[in-house]
Amino acid sequence: MSHRLSSGGRLIDRGTPLRFSFNGKQMSGYKGDTLAASLLAADQMLVGRSFKYHRPRGVVASGAEEPNALVGLGSGNRFEPNQRATSTELFEGLRARSQNHWPNLDLDLLAVNNLVPQFLTAGFYYKTFLWPRAFWKHVYEPIIRRSAGLGEAPDAKSCDADRYEQIYAFADVLVIGGGIAGLQAALAAAEAGARVALWEQTAHWGGRAPVDGVEIDGKPAEDWIKTTVERLEKMENVEIRLRCMGAGIHDHGYTLGYERVSDHIPGSHGPRHRLWRMRAGQIITATGAIERPLSFAGNDLPGVMLASAIRDYLVNYAVAPGRDAVIVTNNDDAYRTAIAMRRAGLGVVAVIDARADVTGALPQAARSAGIRIIESSGIRKVKGSKRVKGVEICAIDSRGVAFTEQLSCDAVGMSGGWSPAVHLWSHCGGKLIWDEAGHFFRPDPDRPPTGADGRPNLRVCGAANGRLGAVLAEANAAGLESAQAFTPTAETGPAATDTTHDEAPMEPVWIMPRQAEYELRAKMWLDFQNDVKVSDVQLAAREGFQSVEHTKRYTTLGMATDQGKLSNINGLAVLSDALGQPIPATGTTTFRPPYTPISMGAIAGGAVGDVFQPLRRTPMHDWHAANGADWEPVGQWRRPYTYRRAGESRTKAVNREVRNVREAVGLLDASTLGKILVSGPDAPRFMDMLYTNMMSSLKPGKCRYGLMCNENGFLMDDGVVARLDENSFLVHTTSGGADHIHGWMEDWLQCEWWDWQVHTVNLTEQYAQVAVAGPQARRLLEGLGGTDLSRDALPFMGWTEGKLGGFDARVFRISFSGELSFEIAVPAGQGRALWDALLQAGESLGVMPYGTEALHILRAEKGFIMIGDETDGTVIPQDLGLNWAISKKKTDFLGKRGMERVAMQDPERWKLVGLETLDGSVLPHGGLAVLSGRNANKQARTEGRVTSTYYSANLGRGIAMGLVARGTERMGEVLRFAGPKDKVIKVRIVDPVLIDKDGERQNV
Amino acid sequence: MSDQLLSALPGAASEGFVTVAEAGLRGMITLRGDLGRLTFALAPLGLDIPAQRAITQADERSLAWMSPDELLLMLPYSEAAEATRTLQEELRGEFATVANVSDARAVFALRGKGAPDVLAKLCPVDFAALKPGEIRRTRAGQVAAAIWVAGEDEMRLVCFRSVAQYMFDLLTTAALPGSEPCLYS
Amino acid sequence: MLLLTCPCCGVTAEETEFTPGGEAHLKRFGPGSSDEEFDAYMFQRKNPRGVHFERWRHAYGCGKWFIAARCTMTLEVFATYPAQTLEPPAEVIEKIRARRPDWEGAQ
Repeated sequence: MSHRLSSGGRLIDRGTPLRFSFNGKQMSGYKGDTLAASLLAADQMLVGRSFKYHRPRGVVASGAEEPNALVGLGSGNRFEPNQRATSTELFEGLRARSQNHWPNLDLDLLAVNNLVPQFLTAGFYYKTFLWPRAFWKHVYEPIIRRSAGLGEAPDAKSCDADRYEQIYAFADVLVIGGGIAGLQAALAAAEAGARVALWEQTAHWGGRAPVDGVEIDGKPAEDWIKTTVERLEKMENVEIRLRCMGAGIHDHGYTLGYERVSDHIPGSHGPRHRLWRMRAGQIITATGAIERPLSFAGNDLPGVMLASAIRDYLVNYAVAPGRDAVIVTNNDDAYRTAIAMRRAGLGVVAVIDARADVTGALPQAARSAGIRIIESSGIRKVKGSKRVKGVEICAIDSRGVAFTEQLSCDAVGMSGGWSPAVHLWSHCGGKLIWDEAGHFFRPDPDRPPTGADGRPNLRVCGAANGRLGAVLAEANAAGLESAQAFTPTAETGPAATDTTHDEAPMEPVWIMPRQAEYELRAKMWLDFQNDVKVSDVQLAAREGFQSVEHTKRYTTLGMATDQGKLSNINGLAVLSDALGQPIPATGTTTFRPPYTPISMGAIAGGAVGDVFQPLRRTPMHDWHAANGADWEPVGQWRRPYTYRRAGESRTKAVNREVRNVREAVGLLDASTLGKILVSGPDAPRFMDMLYTNMMSSLKPGKCRYGLMCNENGFLMDDGVVARLDENSFLVHTTSGGADHIHGWMEDWLQCEWWDWQVHTVNLTEQYAQVAVAGPQARRLLEGLGGTDLSRDALPFMGWTEGKLGGFDARVFRISFSGELSFEIAVPAGQGRALWDALLQAGESLGVMPYGTEALHILRAEKGFIMIGDETDGTVIPQDLGLNWAISKKKTDFLGKRGMERVAMQDPERWKLVGLETLDGSVLPHGGLAVLSGRNANKQARTEGRVTSTYYSANLGRGIAMGLVARGTERMGEVLRFAGPKDKVIKVRIVDPVLIDKDGERQNV
Repeated sequence: MSDQLLSALPGAASEGFVTVAEAGLRGMITLRGDLGRLTFALAPLGLDIPAQRAITQADERSLAWMSPDELLLMLPYSEAAEATRTLQEELRGEFATVANVSDARAVFALRGKGAPDVLAKLCPVDFAALKPGEIRRTRAGQVAAAIWVAGEDEMRLVCFRSVAQYMFDLLTTAALPGSEPCLYS
Repeated sequence: MLLLTCPCCGVTAEETEFTPGGEAHLKRFGPGSSDEEFDAYMFQRKNPRGVHFERWRHAYGCGKWFIAARCTMTLEVFATYPAQTLEPPAEVIEKIRARRPDWEGAQ
């Protein structure tokens, strides 16, 4: 059984016990523990169930590569599934629960999948659930979702209670990995004068060196680590950070770091996670290596662990995975575990070595310690159901029909050699080569990732580069060279000397025994998390999957949350063997960021709640909010849709506002309208290019409505232009269009007509603007006094400026409602006061504010178009009957050539008309006029669609506009529109102008 | 009208590891044109034309380089309207544009050693490289902003008026106690 | 995410400060042009594997448009230059040639 030793444990503080719970059971550990260490200390070997077969699973590894020990952490709005117990630091009150079982971890009825594994072979889902098609949604999918998968998704209604943030940072040299190689690289770069950042994903500096007994300058590595970290901390040009994982390396040195700021200190004030958006000139990855499992039958039973993980738990946490272990290996490194166990007073039943004539230094040391070594052998099968009870041994070169010996044990340590963690190197295009001696892929120094200047920007050192021992000199060089990219003459001192180990070569044994029968291969796990076995990969190869990328997707090998950190090379090796080709010929799958999963919260960062996106507010926003505004988003602006009075419905409020503008006077906050100053000697000429109609002929003091098209001839924006003086125009754009149109103007001025003397200034936010509309509008404004707004002084489509009741105002006599209407612009700082003054002045006249819905209805009653309703990016002005606004005199304007194309001249084009339901009802939004028959895509044929539809309180019935084939030639015709539930709505084609065709109301 | 004049978020302030405060109304004038030809018009204000991305100061006024053909003159709000007229008059006949944009912006002051740490959470900018006398136009969160060092442990940020509340909320959250990244401080 | 240096204000900034504007050095064809010319101007775009010239605007900075010469394969940025030119300047061509001797040239 796994247990805590009475002494030792370099990372734990026995003086600070911590209580936690697992599946509701109270347990305790020590400060410094990982959750996995505490679980093992409490003999909780069974920690979860596997993905497909629901097989019992235990802790395999000791770090980020762990495939099995995934748990749900926390509860309620802090619940998070699929957290690795091996990299979760223990804290007081931690609550964990195991995953993927029903009804509970010990008795999982879904484990019947395990009894019929032949049903769940590679490609199982693809093959099995094809027929009948209709079964997918209601039968297959719910069953699969219940039985397969990892942790439960958090409750959809709960909202993450924690805060997350992002931060931008910069460094000359970023070092990822705080083992001894990373520390040395950072030190060298810093001493050479570079601005250095160093990240380590765990809570400790030094990596594996202290566990593996590395000595530096003749002393334990721990001493050197301590002094080096102290030196780095004191340097001004160095920023070092624990619990910060290099998650991904992207273009031009853009590197994401995932910092777990307060996971280990719940209840603290800080953010939970912080995402570092680092831009590094040079990057050094010192990310170490990951030990590979071996493939033998039953290698997934709780109690079978990586040999290095056993060593980690022993040395770091004083936790032993068993009392009597068997170690199985194809290399010398695993003997370190055997020796460490023996040193800790634990039993080592035997080391089973696939190699013959094992005579390396480490095996000899083990022999001297009295450890039995069984050569040329492998494990035939692990015995036990929910934990290891023993192993059967067989000759490595055999089919494994029978065992040669049985051994009792309660833990198995396995080592299939080491694979450098090349993920980060590969993220941004670094290529790999197969190392024939070490049997692993390592970074190819001749094909590194490159930066913005096209030159290499990444170096690797330490075990990540395939080095075993003597890493400091190489790391020192990597640090110095990186710094020299900035200062070629930079120098640094020599590195300390770390011990080297002569290790005998490993034997490339990928499955054991080598010629194992199917029965055994079907129980050899490659990918623990996704339940992919040796037999699955071999089946895929037989079925014709030759590409490693295809095999990966077909079998799901390496596609789980651990991204195949343990299974990658073993899977490639089995595939290559099945295909009869060497591993480099098979190649490897693509490593993609992030290195391990990062929280959704970190990706969202601070952009949640009120600041999810910018909300643009007008100077009158607070008044609207306090007076019943129902908001409508218009771009990023929030505009009042209507102002509801107590007990009033939205519809009633809109109808009241609509009637009031026609009968009395209304106020609209029009501050959101785009306002762009176009000024300069060539401004008239430029305006003529921007607009379809003539703007250069507009007189100062006058306004003109105009249309802007893109080069396709499609209508893009519209609005009123006021000519301020000979060389200046004020362009009004739609509310959503100001930034786009300003950018559009600058694009033409900077990139096409750069010799024209024109300036633009976006003044949208400088002014608050209020539309005062309705028969009482002039009386209301006269109440403020100051400027003559009589018909003669300020005729329709004129503008003036001056004092209006003490405000610095510019008054435009323009109308989007068809009523007598003025738009008053004042500096934004005076906006709220103007609004208040207008309300006060209009009180006796029945003034009411009106919202965007009333605005829309009022313009629709007049047949005025709205960009985005009547237009959709495929509509030319002629479609909307706006030919009058297209100049025939101008030889050129933006969109003119586009409109001349054959398709734009087609008489069959849909044209804008008014639509009147015969029964007076309101047409549905987007409704289609349906013809009999089907088109080439088997859809119903149509001859028109609704573009705007409202209830008009002034007319007492539904009103609408729409685009209809040859519409303007078909006045009076009745069309059939599709209504809800196959209902047919009969609609007559009418003139879109429904109120005051002659425009007398706005002209008074 | 001065009693009815409102800045974007009058009096808004928050205390975190940095103090965030809306700095009230500030006069601002956009000048566009050949920068060399603007010199004579600005000389009476005692301001030199700033070099690329620089911000020059004289008394209550400062002048910021915004683009190769644009300057931003900042001055007391009460002087802005008159100064706009004067500059327009002085530059009559030149290809130059003068626009009063005093009401289009909001200004925030960030006081405390951690000011660059707060801004680092919002802007893709290396604040170690932003020296006094330089102005950096960039992105803060999802909106445009201009930032400069205004004094010892003080930085200023200008954004559009309509997003003042968004900016204040962003800055306040970024300055929450306990979230110090200790990057620049 | 790219790093680009705006030639108009001198700032080197990440891609999020800029907005892309597609292929550079297009010639506008307006009224009077043939259907083929107009089609080429509006719709036909190069999509090279290698050296490419593209428009960018420093939207969150100085607001100016500029042109970047970039390798679409490696993302190497050879040079950036102001937009007020009909073709890549000679010194830009030289920089590209230094890095891509086999380049066939802007066409």
